[in-house]
Amino acid sequence: MLATTSSSHASHQGANMTANAADTRTMVEARGIVKVLGEAPNQVKVLKGVDLDLKAGELTLLMGPSGSGKTTLLSILGCILSPTDGDLSIAGHPTAGMSKEDLADLRRRHVGFVFQGYNLVPTLTAVENVMLALDLRDIRGPEAYDLAEEALHQVGLGHRIDAAPSKMSGGEKQRVAIARSLAGAPSVILADEPTAALDAQNGEAVMELLAQVAQDTNRAVLAVTHDHRTLKYADRIVRIDDGRIAGSERPKIDGTSPQPGSDAH
Amino acid sequence: MELALKAAAAAPAKSSRSRRKAKSAMPMVVKLAYRNLFHDRLSFFVTIVGIVFSVVLVAIQTGIYLGSERKISAIIDAAPADLWVVPLGTKSYDDPSLLTGRERHMILSTPGVANAEDMVVSFARWRKPKGGTTAILLVGTGAESSYPLPWNIVEGSRDALEAPGTVAIDQSYFPDLGITALGDRAEINGIAVDIAATTKRIRSFTTLPYVFASIEQARMLTGANEIQATYERVTLADDADLESVRAEITERLPDTEVLTQDEFKKRSQAYWLFQTGAGAALIAGAMLGLIVGIVIVAQTLYASTKDHINEFATLRALGAGAGYIVKVILMQAVLSGLIGYLLGIGLAFGVIHAAQDTKLNVIMTPGLAAGLCAVTVGMCVVAAISAIIKVVRIDPAVVFSR
Ligand SMILES: Nc1ncnc2c1ncn2[C@@H]1O[C@H](COP(=O)(O)OP(=O)(O)O)[C@@H](O)[C@H]1O
Ligand SMILES: [Mg+2]
Repeated sequence: MLATTSSSHASHQGANMTANAADTRTMVEARGIVKVLGEAPNQVKVLKGVDLDLKAGELTLLMGPSGSGKTTLLSILGCILSPTDGDLSIAGHPTAGMSKEDLADLRRRHVGFVFQGYNLVPTLTAVENVMLALDLRDIRGPEAYDLAEEALHQVGLGHRIDAAPSKMSGGEKQRVAIARSLAGAPSVILADEPTAALDAQNGEAVMELLAQVAQDTNRAVLAVTHDHRTLKYADRIVRIDDGRIAGSERPKIDGTSPQPGSDAH
Repeated sequence: MELALKAAAAAPAKSSRSRRKAKSAMPMVVKLAYRNLFHDRLSFFVTIVGIVFSVVLVAIQTGIYLGSERKISAIIDAAPADLWVVPLGTKSYDDPSLLTGRERHMILSTPGVANAEDMVVSFARWRKPKGGTTAILLVGTGAESSYPLPWNIVEGSRDALEAPGTVAIDQSYFPDLGITALGDRAEINGIAVDIAATTKRIRSFTTLPYVFASIEQARMLTGANEIQATYERVTLADDADLESVRAEITERLPDTEVLTQDEFKKRSQAYWLFQTGAGAALIAGAMLGLIVGIVIVAQTLYASTKDHINEFATLRALGAGAGYIVKVILMQAVLSGLIGYLLGIGLAFGVIHAAQDTKLNVIMTPGLAAGLCAVTVGMCVVAAISAIIKVVRIDPAVVFSR
């Protein structure tokens, strides 16, 4: 289902990932990421050398205590923050030395975001929120409307196309945000605690949707979560503690016994 | 979650063609801009009030300025000439003094001159029929002139002014001149004159009313001899070169200045509008209107941008270039400007219409209306600068810190 959107979107994009990613399905490659935040003398080394690869078709969950650096890592992987040290490639593009506008360009081409607070534009309807993301990619007019409508159908919101965010439930809003994140046919979707503001049922529905997005569209999806009920949708679980990767497991392969530190790359 | 799967599996019900078209016709930048504007009604209202105030003020001030310009040059425009020969040092049309009287023949004998006509302009004392005097500006032109004055005659005729002891005045000056009807008798410099014609909308820029007479009558009333004039209106031959004729006349008549139609107009306008400070006051009023407009729009646009800062940060996070969000802000500014302009110009037209037959001459031309539209939109764009600076400095990282 979602694959249809992917291919029709991809045809609009200059950089089509599938061609050069045939051999490597690694959408995000992070090596030795260090991030120092704050002004001297109160500087904090939030990330202390993080290695992480995200592969197409996989839903990776990032778990860790509060303050362990999850959001910081997500911001760096999404090219919103630049690392203090280390190397990052998105869809095969090294980000070192890129300007602010180059990074915005890279985000637009390759990264989709889902936020804990949804971050929909409150003055736009569901379909318009998705169309806005398409507009950033120069997809306009009836074509944009069709794609946006289709994306909303695919996240189960075909009946809420013209709803304003203020009239939608949290679960509905997050599904609009997921439809929006798909708009650019990104190589990777990054979600920071997408279920934290949702009740259990809606949280699971959103998590399942993200898992489905990863599978059906062959994108890498990384979601930060605290919710243990969402673990069953993960292809892979990465644990972070105090700015370092503390372990990685593949529950669908490994069974239920986690093996810390085995699968960071 | 079951819900999501089921809906996703169901065949999407497509929207109709016309619906898709309607829903996607407006560019997203415009849609976002106007939704942002209308989202906070109060601040939008303040913005529009500010712009309307500014547009009306600027329209009225520039309208009065243009009206003044036209009033000052009204007679020069009504009796145009290729060249005006005026006494040396003439500051404006209504700063009259007399030439010697030899000029017309000298001019007519200059190569390249087709014709030269006398015009007499002089201050005079008007005595009202029921007593009391007032100063006037008497204007005399020949009956055979290519542009006999006055124009806009509503009662009587130009021919009637050829009879001795007759003058024409504008109906709007009846109260000032103590006249009630055509045929009333007054005195100019102690000599009796009858009102033989009346006109409409010929008012001077100064407080002195224009009184029109035949050139002979004007000479007689002001004590000029029968060949003297204030100005010579020169018509050039078809093949004549203006500058060489001008040089030749200047050479022959050392106590005169030879001005083109445009120069005489500009000199008269500049004298009244700038030597007296009236024009400067009008321009200052218009500038004040613009500044007030800019300040109000800048304030409200900046506040609106701050209110929507999270959305702009989200857009930036989603990969919008700085140019895209600047476009949204500019669109908000331009939309405000256009809406404010339309309301403001409508109001200004109302004011101008109401002032039409009063002494206040406010003019609105298509050029002025178009210029004002550009100025208003420009004003709003300038006002957007602080909001733009705010918005391009957004750090998209704030989208996660909530
Ligand atoms: N701008 C900043 N300046 C200084 N320290 C910061 C800043 N932002 C975050 N931190 C610190 O970095 C650490 C990691 O933050 P964050 O990545 O948000 O953690 P998480 O998302 O895992 O809860 C926290 O200890 C936080 O206090
Ligand atoms: Mg966090």
